[in-house]
Amino acid sequence: MQVNENFEPVIVAFCCNWCSYAGADLSGTNRLNYPSNVKIIRVPCSCRVNPMFILRAFQKGADGVIICGCHPGDCHYTSGNYFTRRRITLLYSMLDFLGIERNRTRLEWVSAAEGAKFAAVMNQFVEDVKKLGPNRRLEDLRCRKQ
Amino acid sequence: MQRIGVFVCHCGTNIAATVDVKAVAEALSHEPGVVISQDYQYMCSESGQDLVKNAIKEHKLTGVVVCSCSPRMHENTFRKAAASVGLNPYLVEIANIREQCSWIHKDIASATDKAIILGKAAVAKVHLNTPLTAGESPVVKRALVIGGGIAGIQTALDIAEAGFDVDIVEKEPTIGGKMAQIDKTFPTLDCAACILTPKMVEAAQNEHITIHSFSEVSDVKGFVGNFTVTIKKKTRYVDETKCTGCGLCTEKCPMKKVPNEFNMGLDNRTAVYIPFAQAVPKVATIDPNYCMMLKNGKCGICSKVCSAGAIDYKQTDKFVEQKYGAIVVATGFNPIKLDKYDEFAYSYCPDVVTSLELERLMNAAGPNGGTLLRPSDKTHPHTIVFVQCVGSRCDDGKGKQYCSKICCMYTAKHAMLIREKYPDTEVYVFYIDVRTPGKNFDEFYRRAVEQYNVHYIKGMVGKVTPKSDGKIDVQASDLLSNEQLHINADMVVLAAAIEPDKSARPLATMLTTQMDTNDFFTEAHPKLRPVESATAGIFLSGACQGPKDIPETVAQASAAAAKAIGLLCKNSITCNPCVAHSDELMCNGCSACEKVCPYGAITYQDKEFRMPDRTTAIRRVASVNPAVCQGCGACTVACPSGAMDLNGFSNSQIMAEVDAICK
Amino acid sequence: MNKNLKNWIDITSGVNVRKCMRCGKCSATCPSYDEMEYHPHQFVYMVEKGDIEPLLSSESLYKCLTCFACVERCPRGVEPAKVVEAVRLTAVRKQGNNHLIPDRIPEMLDDDLPQQAIVTAFRKYTK
Repeated sequence: MQVNENFEPVIVAFCCNWCSYAGADLSGTNRLNYPSNVKIIRVPCSCRVNPMFILRAFQKGADGVIICGCHPGDCHYTSGNYFTRRRITLLYSMLDFLGIERNRTRLEWVSAAEGAKFAAVMNQFVEDVKKLGPNRRLEDLRCRKQ
Repeated sequence: MQRIGVFVCHCGTNIAATVDVKAVAEALSHEPGVVISQDYQYMCSESGQDLVKNAIKEHKLTGVVVCSCSPRMHENTFRKAAASVGLNPYLVEIANIREQCSWIHKDIASATDKAIILGKAAVAKVHLNTPLTAGESPVVKRALVIGGGIAGIQTALDIAEAGFDVDIVEKEPTIGGKMAQIDKTFPTLDCAACILTPKMVEAAQNEHITIHSFSEVSDVKGFVGNFTVTIKKKTRYVDETKCTGCGLCTEKCPMKKVPNEFNMGLDNRTAVYIPFAQAVPKVATIDPNYCMMLKNGKCGICSKVCSAGAIDYKQTDKFVEQKYGAIVVATGFNPIKLDKYDEFAYSYCPDVVTSLELERLMNAAGPNGGTLLRPSDKTHPHTIVFVQCVGSRCDDGKGKQYCSKICCMYTAKHAMLIREKYPDTEVYVFYIDVRTPGKNFDEFYRRAVEQYNVHYIKGMVGKVTPKSDGKIDVQASDLLSNEQLHINADMVVLAAAIEPDKSARPLATMLTTQMDTNDFFTEAHPKLRPVESATAGIFLSGACQGPKDIPETVAQASAAAAKAIGLLCKNSITCNPCVAHSDELMCNGCSACEKVCPYGAITYQDKEFRMPDRTTAIRRVASVNPAVCQGCGACTVACPSGAMDLNGFSNSQIMAEVDAICK
Repeated sequence: MNKNLKNWIDITSGVNVRKCMRCGKCSATCPSYDEMEYHPHQFVYMVEKGDIEPLLSSESLYKCLTCFACVERCPRGVEPAKVVEAVRLTAVRKQGNNHLIPDRIPEMLDDDLPQQAIVTAFRKYTK
C-alpha cells in the first residue's frame, strides 16, 4: 500500500483523570513533543470509556483511538482499569471480525509520573496509524466533512 | 437556547507564543450557542476572573468554556468564579490548550488548529452540561483504629484526647504489638516496656477508648464519614468481663508445652495463658489447639480454679457492628520467614537466632530472665556474629527489594548492649552499608564502634556451619582487607527483613485502599499526603505504610490522628456531584451495574410504576447512593440498557466531544 | 578502560554488573577464594569499571571451580560466576587455541576424577 506522506490522521485519546491525563499534563510541563493529531478527552476512569465511544469515533472519521489508564493495580477506583482491559480485549476480537486493523485501537497504561512515556506512546501510535493510512472501513461517509 | 461564553487565555506567552489566541477566539465565536468569545492575558488573575464574571452577568450565560491550562490546575478557580455570580459551577468546562497543546507543539498553524478543535469539543460538551449540586453526608463522630501496637495506641490516644470515641481492634489477646517484645530502644537505650506499658494502661483507662482485643475486622461497608464495620471477637473461651487476670488458671493448667509466641517460641507457656505480665486487657485466653478440655473433653482444671467463673468452654465467635466516621490502619509488620536462606542454618541450628529472638533472650522478662545464654546449651556465648541485610535489599526473589531501615540501628544497639553487659564477649557485625539517618543515630553507631569496640566488618556472611563441638563456623568476606574470614562463633544473629503483616492485604481489599507490590499501604501522595490513603476517610499509621522505627511510627501515628480528628470535627462532608445515576424507566433490573461497582454504591429496589395502560406494576430497578458513588463510571458501560449515566461525563457529553474532534 | 571489551563481556555473560551492591557475599562463599588473586566480587567490580585486562592475564580465571555458589548466594542476582566465565572465554578465544584437546584426555584420566569435571573442563578451556 502506498503511504501518503501528507496524511494527517485524526487521533482520539481517552485519558483517565487520575493517571494518564496527569501524565499528559506532565509531558506538557516537560515540553515533550508529540504530534498535534492527538486530541485528548478527559474521562474519570478508563472504565468510563464505552466501546461505543470508540466505534463512534471511527464512524465519525477518526483514524485511531487510544485509551490510557492507570497501571493495573494502581487504579484510583481500585479495579476500573481491569474492566477496561477486558472490554478492550473483547472489542479487539470484534474489530478483528470486522476486519479493522488492530493497530488503530490501543490500550496503554500511563501513570501520572510518566510524562515521557505518554509522549513516546503518542509518537509511536501516530506513526503506526500513519502507516495504516486513512480509516475507510469503519468511516461513515455521510459523516465525512465536506 | 444556550448562551455560551468562550474565554481564551494567553497565559502570558505560554499559550500565546504557539497558539494564535485571537484566531481561536474568533473561530469559536461562530460555534452554535456562543454569544461572546474573548481573549485575555491572564484569565486566572483577579481581573481575568472579573471578565468572566461580568460576561456571565451581562450576557446571561448558561455555559462557560475557558481555553487555558489543565483543568487540574484552574478548574476550581473558574468554577468558584462562576458560582460567585450565580452560575452553577458545573456549567464551566475547561479546554486544555496549554499542557496539551501550546507546550507540546512548535508549529503555530497546527497548534492553533488543535486549540480550536479542543475549544469546539468543550463547547459541544458544555451544551449538554447540567447544573449539579454537591450533596452532603453526615460524619459519624467515632474512629476505628485497626491494630493495637504503638502506632495504634498513639493514634487512639490522640483522637481520644480531642474528645472523640475510638475503638482499637487488636488481633492478639493483648495490645502492645512488637514494641512490647523489644528490650531496649535506640538511641537512648531506655527500656521499651517502661515507656510503652504506661501508654497501654492509659489507653485502657481512657473513657473514650474501647479496646477489642483478640478481634478482627471482618467486614467494612460504607464510605468516608459513615463506615459500618463488623468486628469479629474471636473465641477466647474466657469471659472478658468476669476475668480478673489473677493468673491462677495459667499456674494450674497441666498443658505446659505450648510454644510461647510472645517469646518467639524460645520457651513454653500453658494452654490457658496471659501473653505477658503487663498485658492489656489482662485477661486469660485459652488456646484451643492445645487445651485438653476443648480437644477431648478431659481436664477442666482452669474452670475449677477460677473463682470468678470466667472460663466458658462453650463460647463462640461474636460479631459486633459499629459505625465509624474515620478508620486508621495500623497493622504493623513482622520479620520475614528465613526458610529460603539455608546458608545461615537458621532452620536447624538453635544458636542462630533472629534479632527479635535476641530481644527476648536479653529481656529481663524473657526466657532466661535477662541473662544472655545460648538457646542450645544455656551457656554464655563468647563470640557473637551479627549479619545485616538478611532478606533486605535482595533482588533474587528470596527476600525483599527494599531496605528494612531499622536493622542497622537495632544491630548497633544489640552489639552495644552485649559489649556493655558482657565485656568478655567479642561482637562482630557484618555490614554492607551502615545506614543511620536520624537524630543521634550516627553518633550512636559510632559509639558502638569507638567506645564499645564492636568489630564492624564491611562484607557479608556467605555460609554458617554448625560444628560438632557446638561452635558455629561463620564464613565471610572482609572486603576492605580483601580476605575471606572464618569466625568460630557461639551465636549468630540475623537481622531479618521486615514485611507488612499478613492481615494487611485482605484488609486493604475490604477498605478498597491501595497497596504496593510489597503489600505496604500506599499513601495518597508520597510527599504531601503521607498519612492518608487514596480512599477518603482511611488513614495510615506506622509500619503498615513502610518500614519505620519507633520515633517515626509515633510521629506518623499522631499525624494520622490529626487527619482523622480533622475529619471527625466536621458535621458533614461535601460529596462529589459527578456520580452515576440510573434512569428507572430504562433500567431492566439485571444487576450488571451492581456487580462492577467497586464501592457497593448500587442497590436494587422494588418500585411501583404506572404502565401505559394505566395499571401499575412493581419493577426491580437500580438506585445509586450518591454519597457512596465515587464516579468512576464502570457501571455506565456495564449497563446493557443504557439506563446508567454519569453526571458531568454523560454518554451524550463524551459523544459530543468525540464528534467535535472528528468533525 | 576498554569499552569494546566491556561490552563483549556484558553480552557474553548476560550479566548486568551494575546490579551489584558490593556486599561481598559472593567472595564469602567462594571455595577457591584463597587460590585466587582476584576474588569474585573484584571480578564484578573490575568488569563494571572496564578494568578487564588484568583479569584476562590472571591465573584466577582458571581457579574458579564454576561451582556457582556465588550465583546461588548473591542477593542481587548478579551471577559472578558467569562474569568469570565470560572473561575466561575471552582469554581462551584470544589465544586462539584450545587448552584441552580431546586426544589428550585418556592420559589425563584419573579414577578419582568425576566425569562432570571433564565436561566442565571442556566448557571452560575450549573455544
